[in-house]
Parts: sequence; C-alpha cells; structure tokens
Amino acid sequence: MKVVKVLSLFAIVLFSSNSIQAQKYFTRTGNIVFSSDTPMEKIEASNQKATSVLDVETGKIEFAVLIKAFQFEKALMQEHFNENYMDSDNFPKAFFKGEIVDLSKIDLSIDGIHPVKVKGALTIHGETNDVETDGTLVIKDGNISANSTFEVAVADYKIEIPKIVRENIAKIVSIAVNIDYELFKKKS
Amino acid sequence: MISRKLLQVVLSLVIILIANFTFAQEEDPMDLLSMLEEEEETTDYATAAFKTNRVINLHSIESTSAGVLDVKISHRFGVLNGGINELFGLDGATIRIGADYGITDNITTGFGRSSFEKTLDAFLKWRVLRQSTGKIKMPVTVAILTTSALKTVRFQNPDRENYFSSRLYYTHQLIVGRKFSKSFSLQFSPTVVHRNLVRNSFEENDVYALGTATRIKLTKRLALNAEYIYVPKNQLAPGFRNSFSLGFDIETGGHVFQLHFTNSTSMIEKGYITETVGDWSDGGVHFGFNVSRVFTVRRPKIHQ
Repeated sequence: MKVVKVLSLFAIVLFSSNSIQAQKYFTRTGNIVFSSDTPMEKIEASNQKATSVLDVETGKIEFAVLIKAFQFEKALMQEHFNENYMDSDNFPKAFFKGEIVDLSKIDLSIDGIHPVKVKGALTIHGETNDVETDGTLVIKDGNISANSTFEVAVADYKIEIPKIVRENIAKIVSIAVNIDYELFKKKS
Repeated sequence: MISRKLLQVVLSLVIILIANFTFAQEEDPMDLLSMLEEEEETTDYATAAFKTNRVINLHSIESTSAGVLDVKISHRFGVLNGGINELFGLDGATIRIGADYGITDNITTGFGRSSFEKTLDAFLKWRVLRQSTGKIKMPVTVAILTTSALKTVRFQNPDRENYFSSRLYYTHQLIVGRKFSKSFSLQFSPTVVHRNLVRNSFEENDVYALGTATRIKLTKRLALNAEYIYVPKNQLAPGFRNSFSLGFDIETGGHVFQLHFTNSTSMIEKGYITETVGDWSDGGVHFGFNVSRVFTVRRPKIHQ
C-alpha cells in the first residue's frame, strides 16, 4: 500500500511538471538599440524585428538580427551604415549564440527581476567574438522579458571607421537589448 | 491488502511518464533558432545605385528620402581651350544654386537658378518602380521627371514683339536604370525637350534625345561617372553637339562632391541636352563641380 502511495505521488508530480522549467520562449519583435556618442555626433538606431529563442531548461539563448532593419532618423546615415560600414548585402544578419551562466542558481518560477550573466559568441559583420555580459530576466505572471545593455568595440568586428569621420563615430558602441518573450507552441 | 493489478497499473504509468519526460529533454536542437518556422519573406530594395540624385548633369534613378533637403551648388568653369590667358577656363564661371526636397521617399521636387542666361528651373520627379529582390522582384528602377525652365535674361531685341511664353522650356524624361552590382550601375533616359521659341526654322520645337549614364564604384567613397546624351540628327541647328561628361564622386559624411569635365555649359535639361556647343576634340570642355549636402528637415517617425 505504501509503495502504491509513493508511486502515485510520484506519478502526480510527473504529470504536473508543466511549470516554467520545461518551456522554450521566442520572439520575432525583439527591440535592439545601438548608440554611438561622441562630442561631434550622436548616432542611434533601433531595430524592432530581432528574432530570439530562449530555452529556460538549458539556459540557451540565441538571437538573429537583420541589419537592414535598423532604423535611423537620418536616411543618409542609414544608407552609409548599410553600404559603407556593415556591408549588409554580404552580412545580412548579426547573431548571438550563448547561454545563461549558472541557470540552476536562479528560480524562474518566482515572479520578479532576476539578475543573470549571459555568455556566448557574438557575430557581427562576419566576425565572431566571445562576449560575457550582465542582464536581467523579468518574470511576471508566467511571462519572461530579457534586458541587457552592453558595449562592443567596433574594431573587434572588422568595421572600419575612416579617418575623416574618426571624431564622429565612437570606437565603443553601446547596445541595448529588450525582449518580451512569448511561449513557443509547436504547431502539430 | 493492495491488489497486484493496481500496483502494475501505477508502475507502468510511472514508467511511461518517466520515459516521456526524458524524451522531451533530448529533443533540444543545437541551434534553437532553426526551431522557428521560416520567416515571412521580405522585399530587399536596391539602394544607392548612384551616390546622389544626379549623375553629372542628368538626373539619376535615385530619389531624395522623405523629409530630406538636398542643397545643390553646381559650378562650371570656362572652357579649357581658352588658354593660359583665361587660366584654362578657371577665370570664367557659371553657377546653379538649387535645392531638392523629398516629399516622400519616391517623390522629389526641386528648384534652382542658373547664372547662365539667368534661368530659373523647377522639377518634379516620381520614382514609379523600385528595383528589388525577395518578396517583390523588380529588375529596374523607373522614374518620371518633368522640368520647366524660365529664362529671365533680357530679350536681345527689345523693339520686337517679345512674348513671355518665349521664355519657357519644358522637359519630360523617363529614367530607367539598374544597379547591377555594388560597383556598377547603368541607366537610360529617353527625353523630350519642348522649346516654345527656337532660333530659326532649322530647329525643332520638340527635341527627342536619349541619355545614357553609368557609375563605376572604385572604393567605398569614390565613384567614376560618365554620361552621354544622344540627340538624333535634323532636330537642332548645325553647331550643336551631343553632351558628354566624365567625372568623379567623392563622398564624405553628409556631402557628395562631384568633380567632372563636360562639354555642356548649362546645368539644366533644356540647356545641356539641346544647347551644347563645346567640342571635346577641340578642348571645348568645362571643368566643373557639383556639391550636394543633405539636411534632415522632417524626421521620420521611429518607434523607440
């Protein structure tokens, strides 16, 4: 009798393991803003179409960002960005493949702001570099949002800044990521 | 006492559940992103076939972006065969000052004034088709240009009956072009120029012409341009020639500097298409430059 009780309890627990732990989350409308601030010029662009997938079970997180989807206030700046700096025809997307470090230390079933560290490979302009950055995962009512702001050295990605505009474009660029995830449901 | 059957049922249930659970975990693909279905295909429009909305004299297939003011200063020195006395043309000059404005991404309007014959000009340019790949495939960019010019210089013979309409010129042009690669663009411009008043009966009031222009991009910021406008015979009086121009575009931040040689003195359609007298073989060529500077007048709405 005791064996049955234990086994039944075990079965119930297994049945109800439909918590946040076993899910994948995604978005196609992630927001990424990059800015370069120099005394000469402020450059800022926003992308509303970043794609991202987050697997809360393994902590794996991935991004794909279409470079031509970055919007600038100045049309000519957007043209130069794609034609002269990012070479968007040859490198249409930027990628990030990484994971949340020490995921086991975070209890994602609790609502609130969880500070996390993310580590992985960032590919921009065809060049890949390992990056590690701080971010936050915000859990509210079963929804996950991810935020992070980090800096990137333009030269690390073989993006050339010609002498003539050296004062106008910062060597270190700030990237802000804001994603509201939704649950991924397999279409069967 | 518990029945053996119940125990067996519960045990099998548990085993099934465990098996399901472990399978679910092994499903993790290496590449999470591939899990997302194919994104909706987007249309990729060709941009920057030419560095600015002019080649040298001819309008290019490029359109000024919405809300952007493109200020144009165009300068032609005198002809090279003026010799050292004229400093090979540097002593003489004609200028056009103007500005183009993007009403929308596809409709541009502009105006200007040339010192040559003191002529005012205005135009409207509508980019009808855009070259693109992806969801919408279009091999060429097509634009329609219509310009008018008003010559304000005093009439040569004030005793004659002179009409205001004699001062007016209209040009209509279809521009068809393609950006073949990052470094090569080509366009054709069939044109008709209407002159209310012509010099003599040899000349047609309506002149048909075909312009051809190309750009070869040499480096990120340097391009080579060439344009040639063919006017079929028996439309213009003898002595007028086809316009040919050759030059470089240098781009910096917000400016495009165009440096070129051309046998046309005028910088507006009716002038360089139907009134070119310079002879390349004779040194009747002007050195000149166009400076183009863009200002964002009306900022586009961007969600932040």
